[in-house]
Amino acid sequence: MSSVPLDGVAAAAGIEEEAKIAFRTRLAARGLDATTLLVLPALISIVLLFVYPFMYGLMLSFQPKVGGFLANYAKFFEEPFLYDTIWTTIRLALPVTILNLLLAVPIAMRVRLMRRQRLLTTILVLPVTLGTVLIAEGLLNYLGPQGWFNRTLITAGILSAPVKLTNNYWGVFASLLITGFPFTFLLTLSYVTGIDPALEQAGAVFGANARKRFSKIILPLILPGLAITFCLSFVQAFAVFPSAVLLGAPAGPTRVISIAAYQAAFEEYDYSLASAIAMIMGFVQLAIVVLILSARGLLYRGPAGGTKG
Amino acid sequence: MTLTTKHSGNRTLHLKGVRRAFGSYNALAGIDLTVKGGEFIALLGPSGCGKSTALNCIAGLLPLTGGSIHLGDRRIDELKPEDRGFGMVFQNYALFPHMSVAKNVGFGLAMRRVDKAESARRVDEALSLVRLQSQKEKLPGQMSGGQQQRVAIARAIVIEPPIVLMDEPLSNLDAKLRLEMRGEIRRIHDTIGSTTIYVTHDQDEALSMADRIVVMREGEIRQVGTPEDLYERPAHADVAEFMGFRNRLQGRVTSVEGERAAVDVGGVPLAGRVREEVRPGGAAIVTVRPEDLVAGANPSGLPARVTGIEYRGRAFFGTAVAEGGAELFFRSDRSLAKDETVRLSPEPARTLVFAGAAA
Repeated sequence: MSSVPLDGVAAAAGIEEEAKIAFRTRLAARGLDATTLLVLPALISIVLLFVYPFMYGLMLSFQPKVGGFLANYAKFFEEPFLYDTIWTTIRLALPVTILNLLLAVPIAMRVRLMRRQRLLTTILVLPVTLGTVLIAEGLLNYLGPQGWFNRTLITAGILSAPVKLTNNYWGVFASLLITGFPFTFLLTLSYVTGIDPALEQAGAVFGANARKRFSKIILPLILPGLAITFCLSFVQAFAVFPSAVLLGAPAGPTRVISIAAYQAAFEEYDYSLASAIAMIMGFVQLAIVVLILSARGLLYRGPAGGTKG
Repeated sequence: MTLTTKHSGNRTLHLKGVRRAFGSYNALAGIDLTVKGGEFIALLGPSGCGKSTALNCIAGLLPLTGGSIHLGDRRIDELKPEDRGFGMVFQNYALFPHMSVAKNVGFGLAMRRVDKAESARRVDEALSLVRLQSQKEKLPGQMSGGQQQRVAIARAIVIEPPIVLMDEPLSNLDAKLRLEMRGEIRRIHDTIGSTTIYVTHDQDEALSMADRIVVMREGEIRQVGTPEDLYERPAHADVAEFMGFRNRLQGRVTSVEGERAAVDVGGVPLAGRVREEVRPGGAAIVTVRPEDLVAGANPSGLPARVTGIEYRGRAFFGTAVAEGGAELFFRSDRSLAKDETVRLSPEPARTLVFAGAAA
């Protein structure tokens, strides 16, 4: 007789155990298991270091020193001195990004076929490790009126007087090109090497010459990747600050939007206006990224292999 | 079907001393081969034998390091692949993933500037030949492996090429589909009347599809012949091994009488057909297929110890170790116990004798 209640208890415990496992399994099926906890540190950092400051800045931008809650935004779009910075920045970032892509694609196409990829890739990527300030200082010397560049051209008789390449638009342009290229190139290389070489061979066998193989096979397959690369490179170039100050003419042609924000914050001590400018800067970047990504949505985005994956 | 190869002129393909080296490694060590127009040729050999290299050389995807290739009277080995006008089916199909089936198949026609209406008609025809008319608008990624493979075939034949090259096109398919596609490929070959050069490592595939088989090994051609030739009369012990003669025994020739020879293998006399010149007293290799090495039929056969046995429908097939240590594959009418000693006797008419290494 005594064993009956024991069995009952064991059975009940068994059922409970089963229910427990089932609950865990159900959670896991929804993607919630112990591994999910590993996301927590990252999530906390994002909230503390990005979400909170962003929201704080957004709120701050609606609390101007004088006027209604939109006064900062109104001020920005009334003063050419401020709203012109958008165009100034786009005028720098857009051509630099496009030129970087135009340079990266053919080089990546060639590097893909090379055996000593590592060496070349290392050389091309080196500028990343230097930092923008060092590059800016280097360019100031190299491209300056007494730099090698001008001296060589003058000695060779190509120029009679030094051409001005620093403290203006072209100085910043060159610096952005150099710092942006490695990034653009590496991303492009990864997309180009992702294409199955058999596809190009098939193109050749079926009568496509090199130009057709690029335009009909390679380009359509890397275009979605190029769109992503464009967005990332553009956002990077759009946020230009050190080289615009060091190599450009920060009061004039290279008064980019980040300089306007800097001046508002640290020269006029108007954090509210600075926040508004930062928000506008973010919005312009977002607008261009959304534009590119929605165009990308029209493209083929499947695997770039010639067989079922 | 009006889809046929137009190139009715001389489309005999000649390979003359074709060599291809990768550094110091000779992938092709001087190949001579003539393929007649309309023939179905299989290049057969184990992996690394140079068969795919040979195909890529014909396609123009690999430059030669020696020799020449001619189509009819025209030398073609210096032409770019896009100027050769061949069709090719790649091992992994290499369909353009961003193009619909119709665009994939029509790619070669678009490159040849065939007008739209004509191109659409021919694409339809090619797709109906591979039985995929209804899938025209799909992307390759939405299709099964077998369907992709048929698209790849349609793409290769729609340009009506003088030669269709196929690089192990069935190796990525499951066994059932592979059998089906064998028949399909041969049917398409017969319908359009092209020359087909088909690379495979599967002798069943080669035997069942090809008019002639080229057996390759180590960058060289070992034997060229019809499937019957190769199956019944392999010219080398290597070829025999590849054609299913899995048992290979070393022995000494005791007598030769015309086509027949007697060989002493570890004290046991065996009889077989002579395939290479052998002399009494010389070393010999005796080869026989598992189905022709029968257990228990003759008390004076080769003694061996059974190491494994399995039932395969009509008979049992087993493995055994001979006294000299050689592994043997045999057939048996009844199940045998492991470690049982059996007498294995080869069928003399189906046993081949090759010259052995000089000792």
